[in-house]
Formats: sequence, C-alpha cells, structure tokens
Amino acid sequence: MGDVAQPQTPFLERIGRSTVAIWEQALAMLSFVGESSIALGGWMTHPGRVRWRPVLFNLRRAGFDALPIVGLLSFLLGIVVAYQGADQLRQYGANIYVTDLVGLSMLREFAPLMTAIIIAGRSGSAYAAQIGTMAVTQEIDAMRTLGIAPLEMLVLPKLIALVIAMPLLTVFADVLGVAGGMLMAQAQLGVSFSVFLDRFPHAVSITSYLVGIGKAPVFAVIIAMVGCFQGFLTRGGPESVGQHTTRAVVQSIFLVIVADALFSIAFSVLDL
Amino acid sequence: MADDTHAPEIVIDMQKVVTRFGSHVVHKGINLQVRRAEIFAVIGGSGSGKSTLLREMILLQSPNEGSVQVLGTALADINAASALALRQRFGVLFQNGGLFGSLTVLENIGLPLREHRKLKDAEIDTIAATKLAAVQLGEEVAHQYPSELSGGMLKRAALARALVLDPELLFLDEPTAGLDPQSAAGIDALVRELCEKFGLTIVMITHDLDTLWQVADRVAVLADGTVQGVGSMAELSKMNKPGIQAFFEGPRSRAAQTQTHAVAASAIKEPSSKPK
Repeated sequence: MGDVAQPQTPFLERIGRSTVAIWEQALAMLSFVGESSIALGGWMTHPGRVRWRPVLFNLRRAGFDALPIVGLLSFLLGIVVAYQGADQLRQYGANIYVTDLVGLSMLREFAPLMTAIIIAGRSGSAYAAQIGTMAVTQEIDAMRTLGIAPLEMLVLPKLIALVIAMPLLTVFADVLGVAGGMLMAQAQLGVSFSVFLDRFPHAVSITSYLVGIGKAPVFAVIIAMVGCFQGFLTRGGPESVGQHTTRAVVQSIFLVIVADALFSIAFSVLDL
Repeated sequence: MADDTHAPEIVIDMQKVVTRFGSHVVHKGINLQVRRAEIFAVIGGSGSGKSTLLREMILLQSPNEGSVQVLGTALADINAASALALRQRFGVLFQNGGLFGSLTVLENIGLPLREHRKLKDAEIDTIAATKLAAVQLGEEVAHQYPSELSGGMLKRAALARALVLDPELLFLDEPTAGLDPQSAAGIDALVRELCEKFGLTIVMITHDLDTLWQVADRVAVLADGTVQGVGSMAELSKMNKPGIQAFFEGPRSRAAQTQTHAVAASAIKEPSSKPK
C-alpha cells in the first residue's frame, strides 16, 4: 500500500496487489476489534481489573482538554450556518426559521460530525503516535514480557474515555453552535435572543437532539479503534510512526463520514 | 567457564525449531540447550534470525514447528495463567531498553512489583532503589525520565527493571550495542557479576566480540537457518566450518581474542543486594 508505482510492474498486477493489501488490512483491523472486544468483555466480567487511572487520564486529555477547540469551532460553524441561511430566509421574509436551520443542522449533523473530525485529528493522531512510538522503542514488547496486556493498558482506557467524552463534547458543541447561530440571527435578521429561544423547542424535537448525540459514541469507537490499530501496525523506525499517524487521521475521518452517511440513510428509513 | 562438576540442568530446550515468514525460512530446524547458571550467547549475521529466536524464547512469537521449553514449561499452547507465571520468572533487557517514557526510572523499575505483587508503595520504592544500586546507578537517576539518561545508564536502568522480580533467567538483546567501549565494558562486568553472585542463567544476543570473549561461557553460531556450532569461543575458533570461521577472521576479532576475562572481574567494587 502507498508505494510509489513502479513502471516495471504491470497495471493489473498493481491493482491486484493493492486490493489484496487493503483486504488483508481490513481483516487485521477486524481481528484487532475482536481482540479488543474480548478484552473489554474481560473487564466487564471482572470490574476489579479495570485500570481507572489511564481511563481518567485519557478522559482529561481527549475530553476536557478538547473543550476550547471544539467550542470555538462549533461557535464559528453556527455563525457560518446562520449567515449563509440569512440571505435566503430574508428573501422570503422567513427570518424566524433561522432557528430551525441552525438548531436542526447543528444538533443533528454539524455538532457530532465537527466534534468527531476535531477529535480524530487531535486524539486519533495522538493515539497512533503514542502506540507507534512505543512499538518502535520496544516498549510494547517490554509490556508483554512484564505480563501487562497492551490492549488493557493502552487501548481500552482510550476507548472507554472517548466513548464517555464524545457525547459530552457533542452537547458542548451543540450549545456553542446554537449560540453562534443565535448571535448571527440577531445581527443579520433581527431575530432577538428571546424570540429565538422561544421558537427553539418548536423547531427542534428531542429526537433530533438524541440522534445527534447517539452518533457520538459510534464515532468515538471508530476514532479510538483506528488510531490504536494504526499505532500497533507501526514497524521499524520513526518515519513509520509519522506514516501511520497520518493514516490514522485519514482513515478515521473517512470512516466517520461513511458512518454518518449510513446513519442518515438509516434514520430516513426509520423516519426519525 | 561453564560449571562442569555436576550434570547441568537444562533451562531452555529448543528442538527442531522451524520459523517461516511467508515463503522465507528463517530457522530450518534449530536445536539449542541452555544450562543453568551459564552465560549463553547467540551470534550470527544480520537476518540470521537471532532476534526471532530470542522472541520465541520470551513468548513474543511462536515458531511454526518444533518445541520450545523454558524453565520446564513448554511454550506451545501455553495458557494465559501459566504464561503470566512464567513471565515473572525471567527478565528481559531489550535492545532499546524498553523503559516506559512516561514513567521515571524508579517507577519503571517498580512497575513489575506494582503489577504482580501486593506491596505498599514505600516498599516498592525501597526494592526499586536497591535494584538501582545493584546496577551501579546513583540515587539521582531515580527520579529522572528515561529520555534524560545516556545510553549506558538506560541499559543499566532497564537491567534493574528486568531484575526486580528476582528472575532465574535473564535475556539480553544486544546489551552493549550503541555504547562507548567504556560503558560496554561496564555492562560486560555487570553481567558477569550477576551470573556469579546470584547464579542467574543469562542468554544474550550480541555482536560484540569483546563481550563474547570475556563474558560468554558458551556461544551458539547461527547461520543458514541452523546452529553451526556451540562451544566456548576458544573451542569455536578451532572449529573448521566456514559459517563459524567468518566470526574469527579479521583484525577486530584478533584484537578481542588477545584480551582475557580479567577485565570483567576488575570493574566491580560496589556490593549489591541479595536475592530473596
């Protein structure tokens, strides 16, 4: 995968080889997810074995420390959505519907997706880099020989922390995104804060809110799994760490957006 | 140097080990036996599968065929509980040390105790500090992070961690690689001392001819996927096999041959902790 195409190898052979490589990686990813699930099952049946310290540490790193960036970007996104909508709505004199526009798009789509993309770039890359560096410096091997399961020490705490943190971050993004939209609604459309907030419960159903938050844990699992998996794939030297870190970010954002699209289809079928 | 007074107990027994990576065969049937309380070295060119052999002994990899027995336990189909028990009976010094960058030296050394023994934090720190002294590192190192240490100190600290559970068996992966001659001689002396004082069995992979001549009791030469010969360096140097002779030709080898075991014993003064 990713090798520069060599002129000697025939075109068809190259396609075949990269298909096999992608297939093998997908299988490896699947078995990694399987192993992690078994380890997680072990923790659930023996709660005494749970390593709380790294869980809390990761919760702070991936959750609390991400608040400023998630908040700021969601706020700006809320402004952009309201601003773009303002022109269209004004033409029809439908100014008040800015609430529907901002509320629905932020809560259902933008807040969870934006949070996932930021976290993939921020934490997914950090996971791959940390585990990758440890693989290169033989710390993972050392961990195994010391009788510490790397999955339990390195993967599960990140997974659990992110599954807890992402929905909370999404709620935070919801609040700040709507606040940004509200600010713009007043400035551009003359919709005051109180009118906006009065309209809000009618515009946005509780289902829309829950649909948005419900996606967050799924995105969290994707980001944590892909980041850690790429870390464990790291072999050889420092350049490999960089390569797999990049791959972790690209793949997790890709899979997050694919998952989001599948959610959209599923929700429209379910009429949510 | 091997203790020949009574029948030696076999600590590691590898029989007909075959390892393949895809179509590439690394080991074509390796037979090796390591005796108790000896220093056993494995040498071989790059890609001869020395590191793979070590990984097969320390439960990081399984061979495709053949049997490996370590401390009387067969490694094939070992269950998680006996693997954990076995892992606590040996220590490993990795080539890069393998110390955890996020922990201080003292925390690194104490980690196996924290994981596997029910001890108070203060007791763990005391034991870790004695191990630190045993590898001749000063107290000031205890609260530094691995990234702040020099190569030689890093290996010593990693050795202290490998020794913290008082193992019977110690594996060293290139213990002197990347060190200046003085630090390397210090590590050699330390290894010799550990073997003699505590009766540890030591298995090492090395390229260092000085280490081989001065520290190793028996040496196995790996080439073409098989063991070409086993014996002391003096015995090996007389064997007339091309795979073996490659290691005894050239000026570097001759210079190493002229030195003796004397260096190893002299570099140590400080007494260290007794094993439990």
